[in-house]
Amino acid sequence: MAVKLKTPLRVEDVLNLRAGEVVYLSGPIYTARDSAHRKILRLAEKGELPFNIEGAVIYHCGPVVRRKDEDWGIVSAGPTTSARMNPYLDDILSLGVRGIIGKGGMEVEPFKGRAVYLAFTGGAGSLAAESVKRVVDVYWLEELGIPEAVWVLEVEDFPLLVAIDSRGNSLYR
Amino acid sequence: MEALVHPIVEAIKLAVTRIPDDTVSALRRAYESEESKVARFNLGNILMAIEIGRDRSIPVCQDTGTMTFFVRAGVESPHLGKIEAAVLEAVKKATIEVPLRPNSVDVLTGRNSGDNTGKEVPIIHWELTRGDEVEVAVFPKGGGSENCSALAMLTPAEGWEGVKRFVLERVMECGGKPCPPVVLGVGVGGSADHSLKLAKKALLRRIGERNSDDRIAELEEELLEEVNSLGIGPMGMGGKTTALDVKIEVAHRHPASFPVGLAVQCWANRRAFIRIKADGRVELWQ
Repeated sequence: MAVKLKTPLRVEDVLNLRAGEVVYLSGPIYTARDSAHRKILRLAEKGELPFNIEGAVIYHCGPVVRRKDEDWGIVSAGPTTSARMNPYLDDILSLGVRGIIGKGGMEVEPFKGRAVYLAFTGGAGSLAAESVKRVVDVYWLEELGIPEAVWVLEVEDFPLLVAIDSRGNSLYR
Repeated sequence: MEALVHPIVEAIKLAVTRIPDDTVSALRRAYESEESKVARFNLGNILMAIEIGRDRSIPVCQDTGTMTFFVRAGVESPHLGKIEAAVLEAVKKATIEVPLRPNSVDVLTGRNSGDNTGKEVPIIHWELTRGDEVEVAVFPKGGGSENCSALAMLTPAEGWEGVKRFVLERVMECGGKPCPPVVLGVGVGGSADHSLKLAKKALLRRIGERNSDDRIAELEEELLEEVNSLGIGPMGMGGKTTALDVKIEVAHRHPASFPVGLAVQCWANRRAFIRIKADGRVELWQ
C-alpha cells in the first residue's frame, strides 16, 4: 500500500503510517547533516531560524550539485548515515519536524507520537535525484560548504519506506 | 603532465559513474534471491541507480568519497616524477567536470577546500615496482562505509577465531550504516597500520576473486557465509545478502601480535584502473 503525502506534514499525516509502508512524498524538504543540525538548533533557540521548520521534513543528505547559470542543479542526492544525527534528534523533533529521511536508521524513542523516519536506499543518489524537481533555496552554503549546507529541495513523488513509525516499530535489526 | 591528467580524470569519472560489472552481477543475484518486499525495494533501487549513473554519466552515489589512489610505479617509468602532480590536478578537474562532491574538510576549522584536495588529500599509496609502467588504481571511498572500518589488536591466542568474531561483531554493530550489501576487506598480520592498508587494498580485487592461497580462500568463503547468516540484509532492513564478498590479505606477524584491519566497502564498490606505458599510451579498465 502506498501513501501520498505533501510537505509540510501535519501530525495526523504521520501518526497513521506504519513501518514497511511506502510513502510518495512531494513538496519542499530540507537537507541537513551534522553541522547544519547544530546551526539549526542554535538559531532556533534564539528565534533566528531563516525558514519555518514546523511540519518540515529533514533529509540527511549532502548532494552533488552543478551550477546552471544562476540556478543550482541536483546531480546525485542519496541519503547519508542518519545515526550520526542521533544526538540532535530529540531537539530537532521538538521544533515540530515531522519526518526525517535518511539511511541506516536512528534511535526509535524520540519518534514516538510525533514523527516518522523515512528511509531511502543508501548510495542510490542518481535515482533519488530523479525525484528532485528543483532547488528552491540554499542556506549557509559559503559557511558550511556544499555537502553540509541546507538545500531546500522541491521533490515530487519521492518513494520512501516508512522504516521507523510513530508507534516505535522499526525495520532495522 | 597534461597528457597524464586527462586519463586520470577519465578513470575517476568511470569509477564514480559506472559500478563494475562483477559488482552489478552480484547485486542482481542478490535481488533475485531476496523474497522480502523491503529487501527488494532497496536492491531494486540500487539496480535502477546503477543504470541511471551509467546512462547519464552521473555519480551513482552522491558521496563520491575521499579520492584514494594506489599507485604501482615502475622505477624506470619516464612519467614517475609527474604522477603526483597529475593526480592532484586530475582530482581538481574531476571535481568540476564529473562533477564530484567536494569532500575535503579542514580538521580544525571544518572549512571545505571545495576541490577535494587538502592536507594529505587525495590519499596516495605508493608502491615501487620494477619496469617502466605505472599503474594507478582509483578508489573513491565513501564516508558511511569508511566509518565502519576498524582495527583489532588480537592476542595470538585469539587467532583466526578471534578474527571471525571481531569481523562479525563489527558488521553487526554497523548494521545498515555502511550501505549493505557490503564488501569486506580484512588484513591480517604485519602491524596495526599495515593490516588496515592490506584490508583496503584487498577491496581492489573483483567480486568472487579468491586469495591465491587456498587456505585463505577457504577462510574468505567461510566468513562470507557467516556474515550473510547475520540477516542484516540490504540497508540493514533484513535479508539474505549482507555482504557481496569478503577479501582477506595476510602478512607475516610479530610473534606477540595478531593485528586485524577491517575495511568496509559499500555496495557501490567503486574502482577504476589505468596503466601508463613508457611511450605514454594509456589503458583504462575496471
